[in-house]
Amino acid sequence: MKHALLFSTAFLLLALSLKAQTKISGKVIDASKHPVAGANVYVKDSYDGTSTGADGSFSFLATDTGKVTLMVSMITYDKTEMPLVLNGKEQTLTIVLKQAASQLKTVVISAGTIEASDEKRITMLKPLDIVTTAGAQGDITGALKTLPGTQQVGESEGLFVRGGTGNETKTIIDGMVVAKPYFSGVPDVASRGRFSPFLFKGTVFSTGGYSAQYGQAMSSALVLETQDLPDRSSGSAAITSVGFGGGINKLSKDSTASIGGDFNYTNLGPYYNLVPQNVKWNVTPVFAGGSLNFRKKFSETSMLKFYGYGNYSQLGISRPNLDSTNGFVDNFKLNNQNYYTNLTFHANLNDQWKYYIGASYSYNQDDIEPNAIRILNTNQLSQGKVMLTRAFGSLSLLRFGGEFQDNRDVSDYKNIPNVPAPYNHFKYDITDDYTAGFAETDIFLSSKIVARIGGRYEYSSLQQKANLAPRTSIAFKTGANSQVSFAYGDFYERPETRYLFERPSLEYEKATHYILNFQHVEEKRTFRVEAFYKQYQNLVTTIAPNPIFPEDSLFNNGNGYARGLEVFWRDKKTFANWDYWVSYSYLDTKRQYLNYPVLAQPVFATPHTASLVIKKYIPSVSLNLSATYTYATGRPYYDPRYPVFLGERTPDYHKVGFTASYIRKIKNVFSVFVVGVDNVLGRDNIYSYRFSSDGLRSEPVTATAARMYFVGVFMSFGIDRTQDVLNNN
Amino acid sequence: MKKIAALFLTLSLALSCIGQNKKYISVMEKNLHEMDTCKTIHGYQMVANSFERIANAEKKEWLPTYYAALCHAFMSTLTTGDKIDEYCDIAEKFANKSDSISPNNSEIYALRSLIYSQRIGVNPMLRGAKFGGKSGEMNAKSKELDPNNPRPYLLQGQGKFYTPPQFGGGKDKALPILEEAVKKFETFKPASSIAPNWGKERAKQMVEECKKK
Repeated sequence: MKHALLFSTAFLLLALSLKAQTKISGKVIDASKHPVAGANVYVKDSYDGTSTGADGSFSFLATDTGKVTLMVSMITYDKTEMPLVLNGKEQTLTIVLKQAASQLKTVVISAGTIEASDEKRITMLKPLDIVTTAGAQGDITGALKTLPGTQQVGESEGLFVRGGTGNETKTIIDGMVVAKPYFSGVPDVASRGRFSPFLFKGTVFSTGGYSAQYGQAMSSALVLETQDLPDRSSGSAAITSVGFGGGINKLSKDSTASIGGDFNYTNLGPYYNLVPQNVKWNVTPVFAGGSLNFRKKFSETSMLKFYGYGNYSQLGISRPNLDSTNGFVDNFKLNNQNYYTNLTFHANLNDQWKYYIGASYSYNQDDIEPNAIRILNTNQLSQGKVMLTRAFGSLSLLRFGGEFQDNRDVSDYKNIPNVPAPYNHFKYDITDDYTAGFAETDIFLSSKIVARIGGRYEYSSLQQKANLAPRTSIAFKTGANSQVSFAYGDFYERPETRYLFERPSLEYEKATHYILNFQHVEEKRTFRVEAFYKQYQNLVTTIAPNPIFPEDSLFNNGNGYARGLEVFWRDKKTFANWDYWVSYSYLDTKRQYLNYPVLAQPVFATPHTASLVIKKYIPSVSLNLSATYTYATGRPYYDPRYPVFLGERTPDYHKVGFTASYIRKIKNVFSVFVVGVDNVLGRDNIYSYRFSSDGLRSEPVTATAARMYFVGVFMSFGIDRTQDVLNNN
Repeated sequence: MKKIAALFLTLSLALSCIGQNKKYISVMEKNLHEMDTCKTIHGYQMVANSFERIANAEKKEWLPTYYAALCHAFMSTLTTGDKIDEYCDIAEKFANKSDSISPNNSEIYALRSLIYSQRIGVNPMLRGAKFGGKSGEMNAKSKELDPNNPRPYLLQGQGKFYTPPQFGGGKDKALPILEEAVKKFETFKPASSIAPNWGKERAKQMVEECKKK
């Protein structure tokens, strides 16, 4: 009995001695040796621990013994673990916490890039800005034209960037090229972009020096990223002064998949009846189309996206024939069919490796009737792309991959006047198999300096030419919110199809970019200034170098340059509920290409362009007002009577746009009412002049109407039952 | 003799277990008391740290992570801009942990509703519709799981209060819901001394606010 008691007592004493306490004390600091106050310091799986004081110091008693893990955590820092052996002897520690990667205001490659995204919290533009910018008329391109680097070219579609033509900008959706991102139009009338800004969660507009991932664009890349899964199932409807549309988007019950579709119909007939036009539309512009999308999330890091688009349009225009003295008119009619589908998948293999696979198909058919001729232009582009990314640490990475494009162009000419059959009919048909490989690495020497080094290799089976384009950028932080970056790179592009039809063996056209950028970005203010120099080589020329062989006229004998300075300032802070941005672009560019006999400032370029965009939100009435003013100096035009080639200038360009939108929730329907007027002052902006072949008669090229009015209501509503429940209670 | 030793041993082990449970309750009570007196981010951080430590030891209890999340949600009310998201990110992580320990818990859904509604503050123009909707969904689920829980009513009323009238909110819309919340608070009995029991004063305050012209 006594033994038993003794034994038990001994056991209890032993148990108690096991509970002997160890004092743990020390200090928690950050990488720059500043104390971290309020950090949580504790022994894993036990109650023991404490918070650090204002000086980062801590001290507590731990009851466990032996091997334990000490945990240290604090908001905005990485959680740190540390093995410890506790044996009753006091431990004094200095613990250094690393700032969480999300907190490091890391340097980013910014030369040439303007980003509009919702993902990163501080960007120059949010996707919503694109929709609410006056004068943009809900067109992505329209909004981007208020940013530095772009030209105000009212008579053709596309983005004319830094002395480049509209063809030198490529549009990319989820990594895949879109062959025809703009509606097919008639000559001298700019058409809109095909895709609604609401499709995209992020937009990167690069005006030069972009990643080796993208090729075949000498000036600019417009990189669009589609929305992920919607937040809920919803329907939408729109009625506007030019048409109507509707859509539905259904989210699966477990919120991992969604399916959606929409349609829209635009008919400008009724509008043209109300608002007189400067031109005669002999076929009323009508557009009808729709799209389907499907998204599936397989895990937190993997996503499958499908997007399919189809559209039909018709339009026609009549203009007086300047060569005719007895009132002949030139007729131009167009029927267009366009399809675009895009399927992409991306996933993480593990912590280090990520992969991306994509496929796309573009089909475009323009059935054109200029006067009595009939031309059927068909373009098909099939594309496949694979990309692998390997992360090194939390910042550095290596990205590489390959791309294949099959590009087929057919041009079928019928009924050519004054030519006897069967010679009045001919056809071009070319196919280019294009392969490319790219690799680039982002090396962070610290969170303040990053270098991107990479290159792209391309081969065209049609031209039977290869090229290797180096691309490099470097950026370093000069302050908490500011940084300087520099980019250099070569950018190749195959000549336009119409020249390849005649001579498939043409060389790539080439541009070399040098960009120096400074930017200061705060949460509500952005300042950015960028200087660039761009050199053009191997531009296609259409003047026969040897007059003895006038037929032999297509060569890569052109060249040119562009240099300039751009400033951008955006401020949402100074005045509450006001938001404004100012951009200014200076451009000095000359080129000798196509039929230019000498180096000259091209018709699409002007030295000074400036935009001011103002937005004011009035919360009490939920009204959004926006005004945009754009100014540009005159552009060169060709006057056959004038001795200097492209020596004359159009008058300066001024345009004021205004939009008001009012948001209201009625029952469970969100409605946005929009009223907009473009070119409020009704100024007759002259883009260029058309001349008769003898140069005696001329006609200005202008917008099709002095002002453009827009009225519309956009509605969206929840469609599942939970939505009703929510709105009723 | 051996039997007695074994008995003694079992008894001491059992006692230490009860001790452990008692310790859990008392430490929780102490921290809850501290939480009620918090007024600053630093204060909430200290209590949140304590709850995180308790969670670290009591892996089967959903309340320590619940309160750690709640403290972070409260911290987000005391800051502005992107900082709100930082606190909400942590709050969400703790809330998810609680949910994995105690699924289909009305209180955790109410907590999630609170976190979503906090996130609206980062950019009401862009986020109002998205996070307002999510917050509403969480409230609906919370009510479904426990119709007597007053907190989803408080949060719903609060949401309506801060939503502009053009978007279906406003004082007049908020008042009946908040009055319902107050009524439910009068009869609400927390499951234990450490179960969620916050919001009553806030609900009364909001009703007064709504009645002000």
